[in-house]
Amino acid sequence: MSEIKIGDAIQGHIPDGEIAKKWDNYKANIGVVNPANKRKYTVLVIGTGLAGASAASSLAELGYNVKAFCIQDSPRRAHSIAAQGGINAAKNYQNDGDSTWRLFYDTVKGGDYRSREANVHRLAQVSVNIIDQCVAQGVPFARDYGGLLANRSFGGALVSRTFYARGQTGQQLLLGAYGAMMRQAELGKVSIFTHREMLDVIVVDGHAKGVTIRNLKTGEIESYAGDAVLLCSGGYGNVYFLSTNAMNSNATAAWRCHKKGAYFANPCFTQIHPTCIPVSGEYQSKLTLMSESLRNDGRVWVPKTKETAEKLRKGEIRPRDIAEADRDYYLERRYPTFGNLVPRDVASRNAKYVCDEGRGVNESGLAVFLDFADAINRLGRDAVEDRYGNLFEMYERITGENPYETPMQIFPAVHYTMGGLWVDYDLQTTIPGLFALGEANFSDHGANRLGASALMQGLADGYFVVPYTLGDYLAKQKPVNASDTSHPAFKTSVDEIKAQMEKLMAVNGDKTVLEFHRELGLKMWDYVGMSRTAEGLQKALAEIPKLREEFWNNVRIPGEGDGWNKNLEMAMRVADFLELGELMALDAFNRNESCGGHFREEYQTPEGEAQRNDDEYSYVAAWEYSGNPSEPVLHKEALQFDNVKLTQRSYK
Amino acid sequence: MNLTLKIWRQPSPQSKGSMETYPIAGVTEHMSFLEMLDVLNEQLIKSGQVPVEFDYDCREGICGTCGLVINGVAHGPKKLTATCQLHMREFKDGDTITIEPWRADAFPVIKDLVVDRSAFDRIVSKGGYISINTGNARDANELPIGKEDADQSFDAATCIGCGACVASCPNASASLFTSAKISQYTYLPQGNPERERRVLKMVQQMDEEGFGNCSNHGECEAACPKGISIKNIAIMRREYVKAALKSGTLLV
Repeated sequence: MSEIKIGDAIQGHIPDGEIAKKWDNYKANIGVVNPANKRKYTVLVIGTGLAGASAASSLAELGYNVKAFCIQDSPRRAHSIAAQGGINAAKNYQNDGDSTWRLFYDTVKGGDYRSREANVHRLAQVSVNIIDQCVAQGVPFARDYGGLLANRSFGGALVSRTFYARGQTGQQLLLGAYGAMMRQAELGKVSIFTHREMLDVIVVDGHAKGVTIRNLKTGEIESYAGDAVLLCSGGYGNVYFLSTNAMNSNATAAWRCHKKGAYFANPCFTQIHPTCIPVSGEYQSKLTLMSESLRNDGRVWVPKTKETAEKLRKGEIRPRDIAEADRDYYLERRYPTFGNLVPRDVASRNAKYVCDEGRGVNESGLAVFLDFADAINRLGRDAVEDRYGNLFEMYERITGENPYETPMQIFPAVHYTMGGLWVDYDLQTTIPGLFALGEANFSDHGANRLGASALMQGLADGYFVVPYTLGDYLAKQKPVNASDTSHPAFKTSVDEIKAQMEKLMAVNGDKTVLEFHRELGLKMWDYVGMSRTAEGLQKALAEIPKLREEFWNNVRIPGEGDGWNKNLEMAMRVADFLELGELMALDAFNRNESCGGHFREEYQTPEGEAQRNDDEYSYVAAWEYSGNPSEPVLHKEALQFDNVKLTQRSYK
Repeated sequence: MNLTLKIWRQPSPQSKGSMETYPIAGVTEHMSFLEMLDVLNEQLIKSGQVPVEFDYDCREGICGTCGLVINGVAHGPKKLTATCQLHMREFKDGDTITIEPWRADAFPVIKDLVVDRSAFDRIVSKGGYISINTGNARDANELPIGKEDADQSFDAATCIGCGACVASCPNASASLFTSAKISQYTYLPQGNPERERRVLKMVQQMDEEGFGNCSNHGECEAACPKGISIKNIAIMRREYVKAALKSGTLLV
């Protein structure tokens, strides 16, 4: 492997002043577009999840023209809809000592000190406005009998600041944002384009001025011009093939921006969620999350010995046949203080260890028990049903087993990607006029995201950050004619995409897109998954380019290039995953430390916990595309911690 | 298990479709219904045939993208379960399973089992929201809402917009979908200022899209994967009559 090329350091354009005043100072000093001029600008919003829908509606309310694009048949189906647990906000309604500062602190610490302080503080500041906004929209949050909003607690925090709508918080928040956007559609300020996938960003004189889109329904390649592009297309967890993401979630829009000049930051920071339903067979298409809240009452265990586990796997004994003395409640044993409620990265890694030791409990040996027997004895079945009834039903629907009678089987699964397009304080990428919001950017969660913070960030970016920062950018730009796509850059892009599609269709090889995706996913999981080593990463770096080459020579895409063709859609996404996967491995290889979700086996404390190296790696790794996916250039943004003291996380 | 699948194939919106038969072997009880179709499609691609197009996304029963009429029942045999969460243990070796798209004039077929449900978005655009601009909200706890009202509102709000109500209704009515949205805001004080305008406009759009009228069959409630109650339709009618009387537009 050749040496990594190091480029110039980059700056996050963080405003001066003390941390609590930065955002207010910023807002007081930015450019603003006159109300009468706003209607001369057109903003292209890619993706209609929480970030995209909230940005589209807020910008349209301000008077901008918005064109919103989504790959689904309706903007309401973006994957934000599947978020279960809740949304954090520093309201301190519980009088338990919460504050903007505490939410800021918890988020920086939870991210294992790899996020940007100023962005996180702003997030904590606007968190309270999000709840107000959503309640005013009619989002039916859970309430107490007195009629006021209820809260619950989540991992990594010592206060109750999570607002929720049963197990469907993401759905309710998204429908609120979607409604706001549909209202603007009715008023003629937002045009909605469904079944549209962004395949390229158009850069004119160094600024993002349009996009190239494939109409998934007709197969046509379309051009759209605008004054700015907001990328709100979510994360890239599906590079692992199996994840809790929706099947259509993908990295293509972000990756195509990367290839046009947007740096990609911290790609190796992925979150593996500890409580998902295990893989049941080779045909498995996705993994289903079971809410983190289950760890409040469920106890995690495996048999003490390999021999007992083998008997279980063969079906010779049942879980209930195993005596207490023969069980290993390994989280309670290793982490007596936090027990089953250790953070996600710690819980996931420990499940992997016990399964690596041969103590996994299902046929494949890749599962641990989450047992509610004690909770049922202690609280009664009714109380457990009241707390977790809908989750138990979902589990039974998928597995056919009744968790009231036999322990649940769970295993970690890829859930969220903290990395994403590099953005500055304005959420602007390294391409002026191209902004990235929500999971698509990298900025707020460092190396590990805390529960109930993804919804907060998506809505913060869309409702309360980008309406200001975009205005500052547009105030310096002359409006373009949004119906004019005659600039040669549009045609070049359309021709390139058509050529790529024709090339793919013409291969007519032996292996399906699904087979390639699954193969890539296995490599990513084995080498760039929960636990990484230099040796494994080098294997990934050798094998992924080979797989990519095979893909371009041996993939088979059925049907035609025009019209609806799911395999062609997927093929273009897998082609991009095959490049992104390599960058993730390279980023993980480069980062010679363990932090949050990035665990390098070589770098651990004597107790087996993540060992950071703040002297050498307290930076954001922002990768520039060089024209060759195997040789990106690394730009470092030094992280400065003026307000939070860096310490070793401990959950003992 | 070995199964025989009878699947609706229709290459394009304009073309005429037909039922085609496909045998499939090696299906296991742990597979989801859609994973079983994935396996079929891999076999079709390998043998040089065009795979069956069907719609899906989250595969955990919340996005509302999937929807197949399985053996004549929207979302298949298991109650309160969207197609993506239906598993093959609901079937047995040797079964013949018919698979069709949602069938309604207002949901034209795009290809095979994929239909266009954009009519739902147009209904929502007429009033499926509370008109408030970003930044205008007062403190969330300044407006207490009784737990029971909040819970009822939530129950209506859990609609995933899949369209099974339309597909299962003999009249292809969208009343359950439309009423769930109206009902959500009827239970909340925030919904009050626009309640008349909302119901009148949404119902009008529902009619213009070509959905049929509700004649109380109740099939929608039975097919709904989220258990949305038909009582929402009663609420919508009450709201509609009140609003129409008040505005003088009641048509009899």
